[in-house]
Amino acid sequence: MKRFNALQSGELVRVVVMLIMSLLFGFGASAYASSAEEHSEAVAHEEAAVHADAAHGEAGHGEEEHGSAGDVIMHHILDSNLMEFDPFGKFALPKLVIGGFDISITRHVVFMWLAAAILLLVFGYVGNQYKSVNSRKAPGGLANAMEALVEFIRLDVAKSNIGEGYEKHMPYLLTVFVFILVLNLLGLVPYGATATGNVNVTLTLAVFTFFITQVSALKAHGIKGYLAHLTAGTHWALWIIMIPIEVIGLFTKPFALTIRLFANMTAGHIIILSLIFISFILKSYIVAVLVSVPFAIFIYLLEIFVSFLQAFIFTMLSALFIGLASSHESHDAEAAH
Amino acid sequence: MLTSGIIVLSGGLLDPNPGLIFWTTVTFVIVLFILKKFTWGPMLNALEEREKGIQDSIDRAYTAKEEAEEVLRKNKALLAKADSEAEKIVREGKEYGDKLRAEITEKAHTEAARMIASAKDEIEQEKRRALMELRTEVADLAVKGAEKIIMANLDAEKQKKIVDSMIQDLSQNRN
Repeated sequence: MKRFNALQSGELVRVVVMLIMSLLFGFGASAYASSAEEHSEAVAHEEAAVHADAAHGEAGHGEEEHGSAGDVIMHHILDSNLMEFDPFGKFALPKLVIGGFDISITRHVVFMWLAAAILLLVFGYVGNQYKSVNSRKAPGGLANAMEALVEFIRLDVAKSNIGEGYEKHMPYLLTVFVFILVLNLLGLVPYGATATGNVNVTLTLAVFTFFITQVSALKAHGIKGYLAHLTAGTHWALWIIMIPIEVIGLFTKPFALTIRLFANMTAGHIIILSLIFISFILKSYIVAVLVSVPFAIFIYLLEIFVSFLQAFIFTMLSALFIGLASSHESHDAEAAH
Repeated sequence: MLTSGIIVLSGGLLDPNPGLIFWTTVTFVIVLFILKKFTWGPMLNALEEREKGIQDSIDRAYTAKEEAEEVLRKNKALLAKADSEAEKIVREGKEYGDKLRAEITEKAHTEAARMIASAKDEIEQEKRRALMELRTEVADLAVKGAEKIIMANLDAEKQKKIVDSMIQDLSQNRN
């Protein structure tokens, strides 16, 4: 493992850069910096000990080394069962195995719970306000702000894409929007981690959309119509081609949802960290001040936008898929009759 | 530096993690149900209700507007009717007045004619009576004159002839 000794001089600049980085990017970069600078035996030992405790399947990414920029970036992006608050310390999360399944509480699980707690708090408060709201009294404050969001999802996402019967999909769409949004944003706070940058999380959410889509398609057309749709209305001789294509088509939609969200959230973080590491790799404060930090801040701001955008796109596409599955084909069927 | 690429390719990013999938499902479902019950339900109901309320208000406003227009139309019709009624009354009054005037004038004319006629009659009668009186008076005067003449002339026979012829003349002259 190659080690960088990036910060040999200029105590003040080192402190400033450390501060900015630990503020912006949490543990990853500063851990890199500290280990790169100190490579103290004690720290390494402690890390090794922690990892020995918490070692399980995927703990082997070399994160204990903090040796290369790539390792640090991956350490930042990937899930782990360590909660790290450099330079204050770190602790291992409990490991749970039930019935042969490893259901350990990992960092991303913790952040998901944090997001859930935030959502329940904020929207519990908002929902509580709605007990006193009736048609004669307008909501105010937070309830009003959230209402704008709900109204947006209701009209521009659900109603325009699903159409008739959009009401029963509203809770799912709203929840998936705010859940993804808060998870995205939690990745941008110091010491945060992006659970939506984990393919397992996005896959699970996409699978929800997939099931809802299929169920609403079944409800809309019945089992016969659903199967008929798999043939795409072609001649029976073509079924041998059409049915596999349609079946693949069913799965590409949630797959696209999965990869889109996951890749967007991961890419942003990798870019930010890579920009920061340019200065370490080049061992230059000029690069840090002129390139790394400004560009990282730019990407960071872009990431805030992307957080909203991706949450919206996921919701939008979910609504679109549900709408396509439940209404579009019924028009075709009517036309065929 | 190559290690980072190798790590990406080695599947770190795409590692399946059943535990995480399990926890995502559990967390999401719990959040979904709690929010559905406590937030989305009341919020969507409130939105729906308000939307309905606004639509109702608009509908009511339109109905009220239509009603007002209807009332206005009725009023206009009533006003027009009243106008024509008034005109008719005025016209009838005028006609009646004209008729009345004509009648009165006619009556006055006939009355005047009648009065003139009766006055003429009366005058005629009066004249006749006066003539009669005059005639007797004249006869008396004549007799008295004759008496005087007779007294003077004593030619009674001759005188009587003269008187008779005079009386004859008088009555002829009157007519």
